Amino acid sequence: MKQLVDRYGLTLTGAMLLATFVWLVGMVILPYLVMVDFSFRPNLLPADVGSERDHYTFDNYETLFRNEIHFVVFLRTLWGSALATFLCLCVAYPVAYFLAMMATPAQAATFLLLLVIPFWINEILRTFAWFIILAYNGPLNGVLRLLGVIASPVRWLSGSWGVIAGMVYAYTVFMVFPVYNAVLTLDRNQVEAARDLGAPLWRIHWRVVIPHAKPGITVGCILVFTAAAGSYIVPSILAAPGTRWFTEIIYQWFYEGQNWPQGSAYAFLLLLLCLVFVFGMMRIFRVGLSDIAR
Amino acid sequence: MESKTARLIINIYLAIFLLYLFAPLFVMIAAAFNDSKFPTVMPWRGFTLRWFSDLWADDRIWGIGDEDGRLGAVANSVLVGLAVVVIAVPIGTLAGLLLDSLRGRVRSALYACMVAPLLVPGIIIGISTLIFWTRLGISPGLHLSTIGQCSFICSYVMLMVVARLQRLDRSLEEAALDLGASHAQALRLIVLPYLRPSLLTAAVLAFFQSFENFNTTLFTRGGANTVTIFIASHIRTGVTPEINALGLVLISLTVIAAIVYTVRRGATAAIS
Repeated sequence: MKQLVDRYGLTLTGAMLLATFVWLVGMVILPYLVMVDFSFRPNLLPADVGSERDHYTFDNYETLFRNEIHFVVFLRTLWGSALATFLCLCVAYPVAYFLAMMATPAQAATFLLLLVIPFWINEILRTFAWFIILAYNGPLNGVLRLLGVIASPVRWLSGSWGVIAGMVYAYTVFMVFPVYNAVLTLDRNQVEAARDLGAPLWRIHWRVVIPHAKPGITVGCILVFTAAAGSYIVPSILAAPGTRWFTEIIYQWFYEGQNWPQGSAYAFLLLLLCLVFVFGMMRIFRVGLSDIAR
Repeated sequence: MESKTARLIINIYLAIFLLYLFAPLFVMIAAAFNDSKFPTVMPWRGFTLRWFSDLWADDRIWGIGDEDGRLGAVANSVLVGLAVVVIAVPIGTLAGLLLDSLRGRVRSALYACMVAPLLVPGIIIGISTLIFWTRLGISPGLHLSTIGQCSFICSYVMLMVVARLQRLDRSLEEAALDLGASHAQALRLIVLPYLRPSLLTAAVLAFFQSFENFNTTLFTRGGANTVTIFIASHIRTGVTPEINALGLVLISLTVIAAIVYTVRRGATAAIS
């Protein structure tokens, strides 16, 4: 603290502390606490707030386990996000490896620029593109029929597969960059040594490259999983009516059910799901917070 | 160093990957020129620019205040974006300066708090902001969207500031103070000029993050439209290729911004 005042003087130190306080307490911590507090309360009319009916309850959390449909949606969100994360890793890993270990600097620079472009394009537009492609009368069915692969059009946008496809497309770039950064620090000699000693290709990756890239893979998985579990736009555009995502249920509680405490409870459950995933991954792969935010 | 077949396989894979990455975007752009009510490229019903003239004439997008004073989606998005820059860049910078001067446990704890908003799904940021402020008696609207967006955009600014400060030569500051500069002068004449490139990039990035934001805005916006909200609600209810035309405009802007950003970053990396 004294160091801080020595470096910046009292006024500036005060400004820094105040700004940080306003941000972290006023915009982050208090809103979360209020949301959690709200989620343990019954849904009351404004007149009843503070009356004897205004007491803490687990009701809003029990709803998830009482309502079979919501519970299925919750599991689908968990499973679908995990699957999308895994598929993103499968798609992104060879690209990241190529960029870090095989490409010439000029190739890598061009390729990275190409990757940055879809990364910056809005998620909604990227999802909308798949909405056009996968439409019943859309180009995918058209091309496949021209090629004679299918006889009649396929309904791609039924069930959850459209959502998974859209998420893999939207979030693969989140995986490429961290994995690329991690593989980049691997000494090529290690790969060559493994090869000289006769290791087959899969074993070089399994025993040398992947262990080294673990922090990057972890970060990529965390980014993709939280984006997928918290996505509202991809399922709302690409999911069939019968296969909703948990975020859509939360939205319903707020804007159709007008039951904000219930919605808060579901939102907190979603947050817990993401936190369990984040800290679980960080623990399993022994990665720290400072590795994530780069 | 690799065998020829391995090279071939990875090249084929990369070609498919690039096709996968860009084909959907080209399909979407092409659909903006197709004379068909539903956005598609097959069947091709002929080239038209009418979706662009529809887009250009659409007051819901470009409006700058109708009789009730409601703004169009673009004006709303730009205003929110500017407000986010004005709030998040100073806060993120001050927080970054603070973090840079701390060491040990306090630093790690504060750092964890500062990056945590980046790991929280955007809809939860929106919901917590909505509930917190409505309980204080402030009704939803774009002002809440601004606050909600700032809560995590500050983190980006902070990270960029801290990254640059790590390479700042502290002896410059100390020399200035020893030679009688006030703390404010040292900040104004040494630290801020040094941070300038990062602050500019951070401002641009903050604006883009805000402009692109959907999840946080969805819950906090009240009834107001931003560009992302407008697009999303149109895709769900009666989509026309007007959205594709808008998409083409946005993609063009993004591509230009991405190229400028990358080239600039390459340039600053080369000199520092």
